[in-house]
Amino acid sequence: MRVQFRVKRFNPEHDKQPYWGEYEVEVESTDRVLDGLHSIKWYIDDTLALRCSCAHGICGSDAMLINGRNRLACKVLIKDLKAPIVVESMRGFRVLKDLVVDMEPFFAKYRAVKPYLVNDEPPPLTERLQTPEDRARYDDTTKCILCGACTTSCPSYWANSEYIGPAAIVAAHRFLFDSRDRGAKERLQVLNERSGVWRCRTIFNCTDACPRGISVTKAIAQLKKALLFQTL
Amino acid sequence: MMYHRHDAIIVGAGGAGLRAALEASATAEVAVLSKLYPTRSHTGAAQGGIGAALGNMEEDRWEWHMFDTVKGSDYLADQDTVEILCREAIEAVYELEHMGLPFDRTPDGRLAQRRFGGHTRNFGEGPVQRSCYAADRTGHMILQTLYQQCIKNGVRFFDEFHVLDLLIEDGGCRGVVALELATGDLHIFHAKAVLLATGGFGRLFKITSNAHALTGDCVAIAFRRGVPLEDMEFYQFHPTGIYKMGILISEAARGEGGILRNRDGERFMQRYAPTLLDLAPRDMVSRAIHAEIREGRGIGGKDYVHLDLTHLGRDVVEKKLPEISDFIRTYLGIDPVKELVPVQPTAHYAMGGIPTDVDGRVIIDEQNTPLPGLYAAGECACVSVHGANRLGTNSLVDILVFGRRAGRHIWRFVREADLLPLPFEPEAPIRSEVSRILEGTGRESVADLRRMMQQEMMDKTSVFREKAGLQEVLDHLEELRERSRKIRVQDKGHSFNTALLEALELGYLLDLAEVTVASALARTESRGAHYREDYPKRDDVNWLKHTLAYRTPNGIEFRYKPVVITRFHPEERKY
Ligand SMILES: Cc1cc2nc3c(=O)[nH]c(=O)nc-3n(C[C@H](O)[C@H](O)[C@H](O)COP(=O)(O)OP(=O)(O)OC[C@H]3O[C@@H](n4cnc5c(N)ncnc54)[C@H](O)[C@@H]3O)c2cc1C
Ligand code: FES
Repeated sequence: MRVQFRVKRFNPEHDKQPYWGEYEVEVESTDRVLDGLHSIKWYIDDTLALRCSCAHGICGSDAMLINGRNRLACKVLIKDLKAPIVVESMRGFRVLKDLVVDMEPFFAKYRAVKPYLVNDEPPPLTERLQTPEDRARYDDTTKCILCGACTTSCPSYWANSEYIGPAAIVAAHRFLFDSRDRGAKERLQVLNERSGVWRCRTIFNCTDACPRGISVTKAIAQLKKALLFQTL
Repeated sequence: MMYHRHDAIIVGAGGAGLRAALEASATAEVAVLSKLYPTRSHTGAAQGGIGAALGNMEEDRWEWHMFDTVKGSDYLADQDTVEILCREAIEAVYELEHMGLPFDRTPDGRLAQRRFGGHTRNFGEGPVQRSCYAADRTGHMILQTLYQQCIKNGVRFFDEFHVLDLLIEDGGCRGVVALELATGDLHIFHAKAVLLATGGFGRLFKITSNAHALTGDCVAIAFRRGVPLEDMEFYQFHPTGIYKMGILISEAARGEGGILRNRDGERFMQRYAPTLLDLAPRDMVSRAIHAEIREGRGIGGKDYVHLDLTHLGRDVVEKKLPEISDFIRTYLGIDPVKELVPVQPTAHYAMGGIPTDVDGRVIIDEQNTPLPGLYAAGECACVSVHGANRLGTNSLVDILVFGRRAGRHIWRFVREADLLPLPFEPEAPIRSEVSRILEGTGRESVADLRRMMQQEMMDKTSVFREKAGLQEVLDHLEELRERSRKIRVQDKGHSFNTALLEALELGYLLDLAEVTVASALARTESRGAHYREDYPKRDDVNWLKHTLAYRTPNGIEFRYKPVVITRFHPEERKY
C-alpha cells in the first residue's frame, strides 16, 4: 500500500525555519514507521536525518512525535496509524537536524541523580542476597531505555527545562527502592531541590508516552511520598 | 581537524567496550568512542541470559560448561580459552551482581538460573539450569549496569563519534581517526593502545536480529589494514526470529518449555535431537527448520514454522518472557499465550572476527604474533571460544570475561609502552574517501546495493551452502563492489550526514561479505554453523583448524591455524 508522510524538516546548516516535507512511500502491512522513514531516506531524500539502531524498541534511539504523540518509530506499525503520518522531533530538546535532537542535557540530568548502585560494604564472595519481593519493588523502573519520550511529553518540563524530568526520577527510583543500595541520602537531596520531583504536577503524560509501559507517574508519587514521610 | 591524546582508546560502548573501559580506566587515561550513545548498543538487545556454573538450582561445574561449549562449537573452539571463559564466567556474574545488576532471584534470594540450548549436566546427560537472567532483558540490564558504573568511575566518553580508520604503522597501532556526527569534523585520537569492541555484523544478511548499526566497521577496517580475519565462514543463524522481520525470540522461550512445530503440529525436533529436543544447539535447530521447510512441512508450505508457547500459561509467558510477549503482540498482533508464533532462522551472531589471544591482543598469524597496541574483544573478536557454533548465553560471558582481560592488559601495556609518533597526515586516506563519496556523480544507490547484497547472502550463504551458489555470490559481490564506486549521495552537509556514513558502512559490509563467502568456499567440510551440502560431513583430518583470511593485492589468501585441544577429543556430535 502507499502511504503519505509529513515530516518536519530542519537543518540549521542552511534552513532559517523548519518546514514540512511531504512524501509518499510504498509500505508493507508489517512495516513500522521507522521502515517508512527509511524508505524516504533510502529512496527519496537521503538528507533526512534520524537516529535508530535496534529497530525493535529496545535501544531508545528513535523517540519522536508521531501523529502528535511521543512514540518510538520502530514500535508503531504504519497500518495502525491515520494517514498522513505526521512526524516531528521530540519537543523541548534543541533540534540538531530534522528528527535528531540534542540529548546531552537529558543525559546530564540522568547523571545528576547518581544512577548507579552506591554501596561501599565489601561484597561477599558470591552474590548478595535479595528476596524476589525486594527485587520486585524496583522492577518496573529497571526497564527504562533513556529514550526521552517521557521527559519531552511533560508540560512541566516544557515550562521549565531546569526540571530534572521524569526519566531522571525513574533512574533514581530504580536505585532508591533497591534493597542493596545505600545512596538514598544524596539522591533524595537532588530530588528535593527546586528542580526536583515537586515540579511534577501529576499530569500523566509521561506514563502515556513511555514505550516500555513503565508507571512513571506512580514512581514519581512514591518518591514524593518518600520525601514527605522519610520512608526510605 | 582536532587532535586528542589518550593512553588508550576503546572503540565501542557495548558490553565488551564498557567492561574493558571500567578495568583499564582504573589506572590508565582512557577514552571510549562510540558511534551510538552507549546505552543504544546492541548488547542491550540480549534477552535470554548469561551462562555460569554457579550451581544455584542444581549441581553444576565449570568443567561441564566447558564440555558443552567445546561440543557446541563442533570442536573448533580453542580449549585453553574455553577453560578461561567457563572458569571466569562465575566471577563475572557475581561481579555484575555486586555492581547492582537486578538479576532474577530464587525464593531464598540467590541468583535464579534456567535452561538454555546445549547446556547440560555431567557431560551431556541432560539439560541443566545454568543461565542467569533478568527476565528476558538480561542484556539491557548488563548494558545499563556497566554504563552506570562507568558514570560512577568518571570514564570519558565521546558519544556519536564514528571511527573510520585505524592508524597502524611499522607493525604498531597508534590511534584512530573518527568522524564526529554532530559536526562532520574529523578527529585524530593518538594513543598507545586501541581496543576494538564494535560488535557484530548481522546486517550482511536480509533477515537478522542485529541492529542497523551492526555493520562490522572496525572488523573491515582492521582487515584493510592488514589484520587477518579468523573463521569468518562461521556465522550463526538463530532458529527463532519473527517471520520476515528477524526480531529475536530468545532461546529462553524454549528454555521455559516452548516447542517448535511444523505444519502437521508435529514436534519435529524429536527426529533430529532426541535427548535435547528443542534445546539442541542453534546450528542443528536452524538446519532442522530449513529441512522441514524444504520437505514441504513449513506452515502452509511456506518458509516458516511455529513456536508454541500456548501450554506454558499466562503466568510464565508474562513473567518470564515479558519482552518477547510484547514483541509478539506489537509486531504480529497476536497473543502468544493463545496463538502460535511464526518463526524462521535469523542471522544472529558472528563466531569469526579479529583474531586475539586470551588477553585481547590482536594476533596476525598462525604463530599468534601480536600486533603491539591493538586489542579486540566481544563479538568483533575471535578468541576463539565459540568455534563453529556459539552456545546461547556464552556471548555475554565472552564480552565480560575477555573485555575485562583486555582492559587489564591494556593498563599494563600503556604503563610501559611509549607513545609512538603518528604517521604523516594520518587523516588523508579517510579525507579522500569521504570526498570521493560526497563528490560522486554516479547513479547507484547505497540502499539498492545493500539490499541486493543482503538478499544474495541470505539465499546462498546462510544455513545451507554449496560450491556453485557460493561462487555466484562471489561474482555478484564483485559486481556490487564495482557499482559501489559509482554511488551518489544527495546529502553534502556536515551535520548528521548519515547518508555518507551508510555509504561507508556499505563498503565495510561488502568487504566482510567477500571474506565470509571466500572462507566458506575454501572450507570443504561441514562443521557447526557452516554446512556445505556438497561436503555434508565434518572432516577432522583436513579441517580441524582455524581459517585466517588475509587481504592481499592478489585477492584473499588463506592460512590455517591448529585448534588447541586440551581436555576433550573430537567426537561425533549427538544430542
Ligand atoms: C537480539 C539478540 C539477543 C541476544 N541474546 C543473547 C543472550 O541472551 N545471551 C548471550 O550470551 N548473547 C546474546 N546475544 C549476543 C550478544 O548480545 C552480543 O554478541 C553482544 O552483546 C555483543 O557485545 P559487544 O560489546 O561485542 O557489541 P555491541 O553491544 O554490539 O556494541 C558495539 C559497539 O560498537 C560501537 N561501534 C560500532 N561501530 C563503530 C564505529 N565505526 N565507530 C565507533 N563505534 C562503533 C557501537 O556504537 C556500540 O557501542 C544476543 C544478540 C542479539 C542480537
Ligand atoms: S531503533 Fe531502537 S528503540 Fe527504536
